[in-house]
Amino acid sequence: MGLSGLDIYKLLPKTNCKECGQPTCLAFAMKLAAKQAELSACPYVSEEAKAKLAAAAAPPIRLVTIGTGDKKLEVGNETVLFRHDKTFYHPPGLFIRLKDTMPLPEFEAMLERIRDWGVERVGIPLWITGVAIENTSGEAANFAKYVAAAQAKLARPLILIASDPGSMAAALQQTDGSAPLVYAATAENWQAMAELAAKHKAPIAVRSNGDLGMLAEIAEKVKNAGVENIILDPGVRDPHGTLVALTQLRRLALKSNFRPLGYPIITFPGEGAQSEEEEAIQAAQHIAKYAGVIVLDHFDPATIYPLCTLRQNIYTDPQKPIQVSPGLYEISNPTPDSPLLVTTNFSLTYFSVAGEVEGSGKPTWLLIVDSEGMSVLTGWAAGKFDAEKIAKSVQQFNVPSKINHKKIVIPGLVAAISGELEEELPGWEVRVGPREAIDIPAYLKTWS
Amino acid sequence: MAVETPKEKWTGKVREVKLGATAAEGGTRQRTVTVGGESTLPFLTFEGDIPNPPAIAVEVQDRYPSDWSAVLKAAWGDVLNDPAAWAKKAEEYGADIIALKLQSAHPEGDNTDAAHAVATVKAVLAATGLPLIVYGPGQAEKDNEVLVAVAEAAKGERIALGNCEDKNYRTIVAAALANGHVVVAKTPIDVNLAKQLNILISDMRLDLDRILMDPTTGALGYGLEYTYSVMERLRLAALTGDSMTQQPMICTVGEEAWRAKESKVNEGVPAAWGNWERRSRNWEVLTASTLIQAGADIVVLRHPESIHLVKQTISNLMAR
Repeated sequence: MGLSGLDIYKLLPKTNCKECGQPTCLAFAMKLAAKQAELSACPYVSEEAKAKLAAAAAPPIRLVTIGTGDKKLEVGNETVLFRHDKTFYHPPGLFIRLKDTMPLPEFEAMLERIRDWGVERVGIPLWITGVAIENTSGEAANFAKYVAAAQAKLARPLILIASDPGSMAAALQQTDGSAPLVYAATAENWQAMAELAAKHKAPIAVRSNGDLGMLAEIAEKVKNAGVENIILDPGVRDPHGTLVALTQLRRLALKSNFRPLGYPIITFPGEGAQSEEEEAIQAAQHIAKYAGVIVLDHFDPATIYPLCTLRQNIYTDPQKPIQVSPGLYEISNPTPDSPLLVTTNFSLTYFSVAGEVEGSGKPTWLLIVDSEGMSVLTGWAAGKFDAEKIAKSVQQFNVPSKINHKKIVIPGLVAAISGELEEELPGWEVRVGPREAIDIPAYLKTWS
Repeated sequence: MAVETPKEKWTGKVREVKLGATAAEGGTRQRTVTVGGESTLPFLTFEGDIPNPPAIAVEVQDRYPSDWSAVLKAAWGDVLNDPAAWAKKAEEYGADIIALKLQSAHPEGDNTDAAHAVATVKAVLAATGLPLIVYGPGQAEKDNEVLVAVAEAAKGERIALGNCEDKNYRTIVAAALANGHVVVAKTPIDVNLAKQLNILISDMRLDLDRILMDPTTGALGYGLEYTYSVMERLRLAALTGDSMTQQPMICTVGEEAWRAKESKVNEGVPAAWGNWERRSRNWEVLTASTLIQAGADIVVLRHPESIHLVKQTISNLMAR
């Protein structure tokens, strides 16, 4: 957690020399606390103070990167327990676990399916973060072969799962420079695993048996061995236990500023589940409640797609809602005679209106105005959804070239602007539609 | 290494609301369901109590839901033609509560009258021993007409009347007061509006243990995040002692989730969306399980398999 201005002031020289550009040391401290100044602006600050301030400025949950290149995964650096407080920043990675006992051709086919899977949702591409390869065979050479195949075919972040350092060493030789996650350092093998991770500059997971004290101990040992990019596995698998453990880990990092556990968390929802469906439900729990890496045992698009959608929901910025692109949308194949509705580009507004129009079955044109992601009323109040904007959008998106009539339906909530809009759009008939999206189907039935 | 796990000291708690009345209590229900009573965040039993697990209500309509997804219609089969048979089946599938929607009363649809609504409610009460939530068709005037009649006919059964919104709360609350029922207070995704409606309702002297609050549900991918955060904020306010937010929350998950394009249709959608039946059921189940994490006390579901899966999820999360 950040220090307060007063805490920082105590560490400053208190000479009020003004060389930092501030009138007093206290004023400078306040600027530092608000992150509006750099400590380097003070020529006289002591080394001790520098170290203390640097430690306080470090994020309570370390940002850890798995993999390299444009598909690498960055997790951690979260600052709140509830998304309404600020935002959740780094969406968890979704990995599929494959075993090195699978026939190799099948393994490679699976890698291709995983690599080729993708969906675009509200303009954002979704993909599977990577795969976790488990050394089920127990043989080092075999494991290395599978890891090499994944490295060649997938070009995505990898997680290497092995308990034997010999197997891990063989696999890491296949992946040099690509920073796969080494899973996992335990009470028994942490020394060898940490050495391997350090040698290959790879992040490492540490696992305990449900005991957070033991988890902190192994993490500290691994850190002291020179590996700072750590991911935590508290070793709990049942839904209730995971919720409690992950909540406690998040609180320890954020509220207690407990450094030994200030790292992202990895979960294996399939290990505590009785079925593929339960695995999906637990993965959903881990998305909402604090996982940074989620390893699934099944690859099913019908599950991955909703999970990716949930991740997108939970990790949107509550202050900056998802927007849809402004434009003229066609719903149910409209003809030039179909009705024309207008609304804002706030995603929730768009989805409710588009959903109702679609549900009504009536072919309709839907003009989406760029309200900078504000809802109808907010946009109207802020001048982002007014007569002028709507008229501009009508021209910008060539509405007159697509429809035969000159009737435009505005949301009932902004009935007040119909006069102004008539002035902005000479010759048009401005109609006032329903206030609520749910009443749109009934309205469209009567439209003529 | 010793790790001291942080504990929150909550000062407030959610009110308990009981649905249904047994013969001894003046009704005819074989079972009653109590929700609420939490003095901690969802399932964090190490710092407070969760006396009642979240409950599952199953949606039943009084007319064949021709606009429903084919996946749902196939899963239920013929019972969809008969609300009594449908409710009975829902009870067999593990429902805790029946959420009966009087869809046929909609003025734009069949526009059936109050007498029809009363007959339907009586038939459903006779077919199942579970408590009932009865929803009007969702049009304020018509809601008032049918729900007042239903409230009188079901006097003593402690059903929940929904929805009770800012435009019609006076009538619905009066009907609940006169006949000993509960209301479902619904407001559009906003903490302050939810609070305000609870205040207006309690100003009419309806006991606070007779109000469920519906914060308005957004489906997965269609506003879930707004509902999720409003619910978390309401629950945190309740636990820190804000009296007018201490009502149990109900989420109409099925209705919203099955309206999403991903669950409704399978034509012209990308192959990457996956198998339709599993995808659509996941859409409902993940919406429900996520909102349970945010504090939902009742989730209203549609698919038979979802009932089973969400029930299992709740029991896993309650296990200690």
